[in-house]
Amino acid sequence: MSAAAAGPRVARFRDVALAVAWRSVHNFLSNPAFLVPAIVFPLFFFVAFAGGLSSISGVPGFDFPSGYTAFQFVFVLLQSAAFGGVFTGFAMARDFEIGFANRYLLAAGDRRGIIGGYALAALTRALITWTILTAIALAAGMEVGGNGVDVFGLFGLAVLTNLAATLWAAGVAMRVRSIQGGPLMQFPVFLTLFLTPVYVPLGLLSGWIHAVASVNPVTALLEAGRGFIAGEPAVIALAFAIAFALPILFAFWARGGLKRAEAAG
Amino acid sequence: MSGRLRTQVGQLARRSILRTMRQPAQIVPALVFPMFLLAVNSGGLKSTTDLPGFPTDSYLTFALAVPFVQGALFSVMNSGTDLARDIETGFLDRLALTPLRGVALLSGLLAGAVMLGLVQAATYLIVGLVAGAELVTGFAGALVIVALSVSVTIAFGSIGLFAALRTGSGEAVQSLFPVFFVFLFISAMALPLDLIQADWFRQVATVNPVTYLLEAFRSLLFEGWEPDALALGFGIAAAVLAVGMLAATSALKTRLVRT
Amino acid sequence: MTAEQGPDGTGIEVEGLVREFKNGPRAVDGIELRVEAGEIYGFLGPNGAGKSTTVLMLTTLLPPTAGTARVAGFDIVREGPRVRASIGAALQEAALDPLLTAREHMRLQTALHGLGKSERQVRGQELLERVGLSQAADRKVGGYSGGMKRRLDLALALAHRPRILFLDEPTTGLDIQSRTALWEEVARLAAEEGVTVFLTTQYLEEADTLAGRVGIIDHGHIVAEGTPAALKAEIGRPTVEAVPREAGERGRLAAVLERFGPGAAASPRAAAARLEGGESQLADVVRALDSEGIAIETLQLHAPSLDDVFLAKTGRSLEGAEEEEQEETEVAAETVDAG
Repeated sequence: MSAAAAGPRVARFRDVALAVAWRSVHNFLSNPAFLVPAIVFPLFFFVAFAGGLSSISGVPGFDFPSGYTAFQFVFVLLQSAAFGGVFTGFAMARDFEIGFANRYLLAAGDRRGIIGGYALAALTRALITWTILTAIALAAGMEVGGNGVDVFGLFGLAVLTNLAATLWAAGVAMRVRSIQGGPLMQFPVFLTLFLTPVYVPLGLLSGWIHAVASVNPVTALLEAGRGFIAGEPAVIALAFAIAFALPILFAFWARGGLKRAEAAG
Repeated sequence: MSGRLRTQVGQLARRSILRTMRQPAQIVPALVFPMFLLAVNSGGLKSTTDLPGFPTDSYLTFALAVPFVQGALFSVMNSGTDLARDIETGFLDRLALTPLRGVALLSGLLAGAVMLGLVQAATYLIVGLVAGAELVTGFAGALVIVALSVSVTIAFGSIGLFAALRTGSGEAVQSLFPVFFVFLFISAMALPLDLIQADWFRQVATVNPVTYLLEAFRSLLFEGWEPDALALGFGIAAAVLAVGMLAATSALKTRLVRT
Repeated sequence: MTAEQGPDGTGIEVEGLVREFKNGPRAVDGIELRVEAGEIYGFLGPNGAGKSTTVLMLTTLLPPTAGTARVAGFDIVREGPRVRASIGAALQEAALDPLLTAREHMRLQTALHGLGKSERQVRGQELLERVGLSQAADRKVGGYSGGMKRRLDLALALAHRPRILFLDEPTTGLDIQSRTALWEEVARLAAEEGVTVFLTTQYLEEADTLAGRVGIIDHGHIVAEGTPAALKAEIGRPTVEAVPREAGERGRLAAVLERFGPGAAASPRAAAARLEGGESQLADVVRALDSEGIAIETLQLHAPSLDDVFLAKTGRSLEGAEEEEQEETEVAAETVDAG
């Protein structure tokens, strides 16, 4: 493929992605029913976990240096990243259900741009949530031990998590093409997120949950994120390998979904 | 109760139970989600039993109280959504054209919640005990747990009926779920009241009635027969039911403007 | 238990009935009507004209703002329970529970109306057979077609043997076959069982076929009332409609036709006029077209219809009025919700 041919293709992809993203973000921002839960729920989880469980830092063996608020902040950040992607998948499924997605399929010069657009929208809504979440966490006295590069690393992991979750949910949405596919998008993400060291470090888990969390790839993301915020980076290579591998894997999944949607007409 | 009223309640209860049984999408999440959270929390928070003053060695036993309240939250959704659908489709008007009494309608509609409450309570208890939870009050305690669980389910269900009658919209009823979820989370759900470190959180949890519902279940699971805790638990369920039914009756009068 | 009957028989009497919605239009604005026992009364009008609001008031589900009405001899405001015991109603939406079977619906309805246990089953079976649903009686209603739902709706309305039946747009959205079956059953109920039927419709043909008398409602007012034949005779003038062989001749064709009477609504390629002198003018029309040299593809003479009556009384065609009224209906619906 020549560079001259690649130019228009990139432009087509970009134009479609920006148009789709604009509508999704517009709908999200102009509809309180979408906007409010997306912002309130992560905050609520943060308050419930960091506030209600703060005495866990007194459990023998709990030695996270930045305190329990920072410990939970990382989980809630990654959780909101993942659920931002899943909720965008809901919007995509709804668009297919009401037939609006057919408009995209008919008009898009490069249909992969449709997925790109939803992913951009998911990232935008996640950025809004993260801004508010971070401001509240800092106001509540969260200690950040890491430097600027560490914080960049933490948010880099969150961005990649968001992208992976969006591509997963998009793949489901385009296969089911109905909002009834919602639980199918949500439940595996919910399951994977909560089968990690949510409340205490991996070393304090025991039994079956320790075994499951040890092999759960999201555990590495969580541990690396907590390392970044504490200024004691850990498992970075593994975490970023997973964080890049998941979106690549789910990109194929989403592309397959798009083909199914195209075939369904 | 007169014969006619009994017939009306019976027929509507029958319909409510049939509807619940024919909607696995209502039953399955109400059983699966609380069990999943129980599994995750009892594993993830096990080490909190090492905190000085934690009342039991088994976090699973401590956490087993939560599904009974969490499951009851689903009854808000189920009873409310069912009634809202009846309003949206005009089925309530069909009922209004018969000599049906309001109290029969509300009682009958709660029958589905009672059945779901029974199934939920039995499932949670059996799963919990099989997984290794304690039950120091034995079989009699198990019966009281089921009775309390059904009472809480009916009480929360009446709030769902009120919401449905007030708004006439299934979506509005669904939007109540997060509100109830907040009540559950800002309670002594994960830790006993005196081990909650953040002052504001402990204060909110102290005035949150959900805390005392959880404590009533916990008393039966690992503390023994504690009349005060049980009276408080059943009392709160009765109070919520009374308020819910009064509000629902008033909303029904507004909704059914038949002459 | 069977339906109650009031001291004044089984008819309907309405005097000055008004329903006003908060911040909305007067949906019903002082209507007067009388339906005799055993009669089928057709209440005809476009969407939003006030038909359903009238039915809701007469069935006691919506209190009137002013005026009085007696149904089966009972006052709709002061004697609501007795009115409800006397009537059956199939409202605009076939309000059914998709998770229940037809038989379960019948059981619920007969029990709520207070029929004895043994009678419930017999009555349920009898009605399901009558509306042709005995084969499908144990299937969940969610899988029924629109026609089946309407038939079940009718059967449920008849569960307690009411003497008066309210049917609010019973055939809207049904195919011709289902519609005809429902018409036959309604006609049979009135003819053989003496049931009084108050039927709202926006279909001219339905009112024409079924109703002994028709009331035409528009903007909450009854603008005409009488037997279909009498109403049409009142208009009295047939319409001639012609399609020219050359499309460009349509203007000249219309000019010729309008020599015989005012122009009338016609299909896009045609022109039409109401014949002031009646159908005997048809020969003159043909001669005039011939002398003007206008070649005609088709020529039709239409007898006056209820739409002509509506047009004459309101200045609008019933078909065209529907879209115009749609917005108004939505406003009314919102105010019902708000109220």
